Amino acid sequence: MSTVFIPSVLRANVGGVKSLEVPGDSIRAVVTTLVEEHPALGSQLLTPDGDLNRFVNVYVNGQDVRYLAGLETPVASSDEVRLLPAMAGG
Amino acid sequence: MPKSYADLLREARAQIREVSARDVDALPVGATTIVDVREASEWEQGHVPGATHISKSYIEQQIEGIAPDRDQPLVLYCAGGVRSLFAAQTLAEMGYTDVASMSGGFQGWKTAGLDFVTPIVLTAEQKQRYSRHLLIPEVGTAGQAKLLGSKALLVGAGGLGSPASLYLAAAGVGTIGIVDFDVVDLSNLQRQIVHTNDRVGERKVESARKSINALNPEVKVVAHEEMLGPNNVERLIAGYDVILDGTDTFETRYTLNDAAVAAGIPVIHASVFRFEGQLTTFIPYEGPCYRCLYPTPPPPELAPGCSVAGVLGVVPGILGLLQANEALKVLLGIGETLAGRLLLFDALETEFTELKLRRDPTCPVCSDAAVEARAAGRPLATAAVGGDAPFLLGGTGFGASLGAPVAVGEAQA
Repeated sequence: MSTVFIPSVLRANVGGVKSLEVPGDSIRAVVTTLVEEHPALGSQLLTPDGDLNRFVNVYVNGQDVRYLAGLETPVASSDEVRLLPAMAGG
Repeated sequence: MPKSYADLLREARAQIREVSARDVDALPVGATTIVDVREASEWEQGHVPGATHISKSYIEQQIEGIAPDRDQPLVLYCAGGVRSLFAAQTLAEMGYTDVASMSGGFQGWKTAGLDFVTPIVLTAEQKQRYSRHLLIPEVGTAGQAKLLGSKALLVGAGGLGSPASLYLAAAGVGTIGIVDFDVVDLSNLQRQIVHTNDRVGERKVESARKSINALNPEVKVVAHEEMLGPNNVERLIAGYDVILDGTDTFETRYTLNDAAVAAGIPVIHASVFRFEGQLTTFIPYEGPCYRCLYPTPPPPELAPGCSVAGVLGVVPGILGLLQANEALKVLLGIGETLAGRLLLFDALETEFTELKLRRDPTCPVCSDAAVEARAAGRPLATAAVGGDAPFLLGGTGFGASLGAPVAVGEAQA
């Protein structure tokens, strides 16, 4: 189980919690499980084709998965996964 | 047995190695730390190039700041070569193993016909106002002079720009430009501390100017009362040394990013949402830019601004101050900026998290291909931002862009 940190803008879709323990050995598996359990996240995280939206960055242990193996980036049980959408407020 | 001045001098000469001005001039640059131990008033009349000033009366307190390593080679000089001998004795007592005194002092240096520099001299009032900066070796008179000659542009005089503008002004950043077309609203005052209750309805740039000049009248405030957009951004940012992005729309953030990268001006980026904030420093071509971090903007419902979602007032306060901190480091050329790092702040948990950022080799704005295309007058297309713009890149999504390099876009007509 990795720990997935949910940004506050998405928390309403997961019952208001800050983080979730999610099973899965890759980013694809983690995101799939996350969306299955919290369907409202689906349209926020994924494109109609099932890819991650480009405006949501995903980090594993502080590293952007775009520069690792993307959706196939392996995730270990103690890893921290962070979803990070852009924010504009100033 | 009491000792005379002559006794003390004789002992110092016996203990401390002396070097000539020509020897010092011939030293490889940077290998030896040269310390001027005269009084500040003497230093201001001119000094050896590259020397650091520590008055003899502060030598014990301040030497470790510039020479933490006891084996660091040091050459001390004064006006004629006597005070530096005694100061060198003190350093030897402190355990410095390689301390020399320049015989003949600065007089000898000038007599030998060697070059010297005359530092920028602060007025008596400036010395008092910035005294806490002048005491820090990393700032000092030279750093303060640099700040006084610097120009910082704040895009937005709101939650982030308020604390940043006040602290940059207090720090003596000589010119502060402010871009804001708005007027002060009562609902701003929960966090926008550069404005005041009696200025509700007043133009923000003018309100900010009053607060800045009330704090530090010598700061030149340049008011740009207009909305930053593609048609004026180049003009607005021209000539500034650093830009603080405190806007509240994606349109402005992307427009500012693209122009600042092209102009080679660092942007200190911060954004806030309720209890959270994000902060980084974009240094063109050295680290990533905003489009490397977020290639496309999110749809409006995923990224509401403060006026829709709300924000705890201190969050932009904290992030704005961190922006000012980054800006001061950029201007002074000291420390490590946040280039390549994204700092997240969570006020509810009082938690800072750092994420690693990378330059996107396919970035349509800061990649090598983008620079070449710009130079050829055919800038690469970027993801559109705005009400009618498509927010997704044709369904390719994030996963599809991985692996083989993707086209960065077609040249605009």
